Amino acid sequence: MEILSHAFVYLVAAVVAVPLAQRLGLGSVLGYLIAGVVIGPILGIVGNETADLQHFAEFGVVMMLFLVGLELRPAMLWSMRGQLIGLGGLQVTLTTAVIAAGCMAFGLSWQSGIAIGMVLALSSTAIVLQSLNEKGWLGTVGGKSAFSVLLTQDVAVIPMLALLPLLAVETLSPSGDDPTAHGAMLLDLVPDWAQPLVIIAAIATIIIGGRYLIRPMFRFIAHSRLREVFTAAALLLVIGIALFMTAIGLSPALGTFLAGVVLSDSEYRHELENDIEPFKGLLLGLFFLTVGAGIDFGLLFDQPIILIGLAFGVMIIKAGILFAIASIFGLRGADRLLFAVGLAQAGEFAFVLFGMASGMGVLPVDLIGKMTLVVALTMILTPAAFILYERVLAPRMVKTNSREADTIETPGSVVIAGLGRFGQIVTRLLATNGHDVVVLDHDPEVVENLSRVGFRAYYGDATRPDLLHTTGIEDARLFVAAIDNRDKLTALVEHVAKHYPKVRILARAHDRHHVYELEKAGAHCVQRETFDSALNLGRDALIELGLHPFRAERKKQAFRAHDFETLEKLRERWNEHGVDKGYIDTMRSQNETLFELMRDERDEKTHGDRHWTPPPCANPDP
Amino acid sequence: MARVLTLFAHPRQDRSEINWPMFEAAQTVEGVTCVDLYARYPSFEINIAREQSSLLDHDVIIFQHPLYWYSAPAIIKEWMDLVLEYDFAYGAEGTALSGKVMFNAVSCGTARSAYTVKGGHIAELRTLLMPFERTADLCNMRYLAPYATFSAGSLRAENRVKETVSQWHSFLTALTQDRIDLDAAANALTLTDHPDSFFIGENA
Repeated sequence: MEILSHAFVYLVAAVVAVPLAQRLGLGSVLGYLIAGVVIGPILGIVGNETADLQHFAEFGVVMMLFLVGLELRPAMLWSMRGQLIGLGGLQVTLTTAVIAAGCMAFGLSWQSGIAIGMVLALSSTAIVLQSLNEKGWLGTVGGKSAFSVLLTQDVAVIPMLALLPLLAVETLSPSGDDPTAHGAMLLDLVPDWAQPLVIIAAIATIIIGGRYLIRPMFRFIAHSRLREVFTAAALLLVIGIALFMTAIGLSPALGTFLAGVVLSDSEYRHELENDIEPFKGLLLGLFFLTVGAGIDFGLLFDQPIILIGLAFGVMIIKAGILFAIASIFGLRGADRLLFAVGLAQAGEFAFVLFGMASGMGVLPVDLIGKMTLVVALTMILTPAAFILYERVLAPRMVKTNSREADTIETPGSVVIAGLGRFGQIVTRLLATNGHDVVVLDHDPEVVENLSRVGFRAYYGDATRPDLLHTTGIEDARLFVAAIDNRDKLTALVEHVAKHYPKVRILARAHDRHHVYELEKAGAHCVQRETFDSALNLGRDALIELGLHPFRAERKKQAFRAHDFETLEKLRERWNEHGVDKGYIDTMRSQNETLFELMRDERDEKTHGDRHWTPPPCANPDP
Repeated sequence: MARVLTLFAHPRQDRSEINWPMFEAAQTVEGVTCVDLYARYPSFEINIAREQSSLLDHDVIIFQHPLYWYSAPAIIKEWMDLVLEYDFAYGAEGTALSGKVMFNAVSCGTARSAYTVKGGHIAELRTLLMPFERTADLCNMRYLAPYATFSAGSLRAENRVKETVSQWHSFLTALTQDRIDLDAAANALTLTDHPDSFFIGENA
């Protein structure tokens, strides 16, 4: 029962603190930290078990890196390489160097200096991305530049994980006297010269296995159409890779990150993201809770000025370097300020890396306690920094900014749900016209075929709100609902109309009544799925029956126009009374006018088809 | 043997009194290719490559149509806009149609006398069809006077349909056999005022 009561305490803390922090604009990471502080140092409800819990919760970090990897499509990284290496690379190396130099000036060893520099060079992806997104700054030049720096930092974590053990000071060296950390791992069993080979082989195993083993496996599982089995397989994959890497003696985070990158251009990317996301969110939340619970508040009260001063110092150094880099890369005005102020804090990766560093003896434990506090302080100051930017700094830049605002690009993509016989045609028409199309379908075979010919097609049930969200529908210009199931389609349109009011919705309807239902649900444009093809076949039949092709085409057009008129006339009746007597009467009279319309005897001038009627025979000369 | 292409355009063939019988007659003449543009392209999606290669295969191009607002039905304009491309029909490299013959075979509701400077339409039919003539000039084609059927709405009442159709049949036959005096035809006001004057020699 102890487990349950602990779980209860942690969950209550999270459920209360995180939404509050969100509401105050502090972000969920700070929410978890504060909740941890409250149940740990302040109320003292939790205590000894936090260290054990933290080891468990660190698995959330492994999952996070898997998700980070999933987001990093190699093609995208390649297209952004200039920004990533230039802006991001400069930021990480310069900040590391400057902070390391500062640490050495305070009397720390160069190893500790570099370790602290690396850790503090990273910014908080969670807080910054969320803030930029909320304020709508992600599309500005400053926001985009910030995003590419964050991306670089995410990638930079991997070499940092590899570098940290090498920076260990001699007292706790990795030479083998710490049996718990390096016990029976493969890397320690092979001679030194073979170690690089083992590492390369492990990485190759993951990359090749990911391509030729894991993808077919997911394909097979997706065919079973059992969602929970897919989730289980996703978890199995992450845990399996973590165990594999641990057995070899490498970082499990590195392994899952690589697996994520390998799977990032697969059609199951969104589905995997959605399945892992809740586990990662909870475990990572737990991790931050334990970090908060482990914060030594005595330290803050002992040396408040030094610690707060350090926090400000870190932010000013980081902002200064960012500002300089931004100037080199041609950012001006408000963009440059947003870039510098926005990324000035340290990030959640710092807790992860500090946690590892203490385990390996890279940094002294008391220093890590202080640095953890400093990192948390910079994160707490970030919302204030954004407010400073928004209220004080940006308004002064209005003059220079007013022109740059033109460069804001909206993503302008199209999300298409349903890749059946209907959606495929829409998809091909839009994609071949150069539109950015994201398609979702729950038939693995269809998805595979389309992604093979180069479409961005993903496997998954479009009616799942979370999956829909990951397609970027929020910023899409159009949403095309083309799935087969009539009721699901209506529900889907209703959901999108309600939650993404900016998106134009185009929907496929089964019949006339479905048109009305979809319009009611919020669709902006509705087409009956078989209407036009049935008309075309009808026209072909008229031609086969001997009617001139052009006459047949005209009759088809007249029929179509009349049917749209009927659709208009019946809409109001249907909306108010459904199918009642009035509805049926209207339909009957419309049917009669249709007969009249189709009649085209020579002398019938009053009704029927009057197009291209010649003047009367006895036409006098003008 | 001149190869003749008749491009026929009538949006209401079910109501046609003279154009359709004339077009039917044309189909019986050896050496005449007959195309019903509205049947071939009921939704106006004209196949440019097909039409151009068909032009290359012929020496005489006839637009056969009723006169609508001093011009042809819409599909002929669409056809001209799309098929007579730069560097095909005109322009420095556009010599594909050079030397070919072109004219309109057109039916008019009102009488011959209305299509004169002093008549109701204040101009000769040939003058009114100037856009076609200028098009032919620009494509370096030889434009002939229009083959006009006047008072087309009363032909049936006056029992003159058969006679009109058979005249058209003989004219087309002579055209395929190079028995039409093209110089005279190019200089006339219409080809139907004095039909016999354009025939060279007697019927073979």
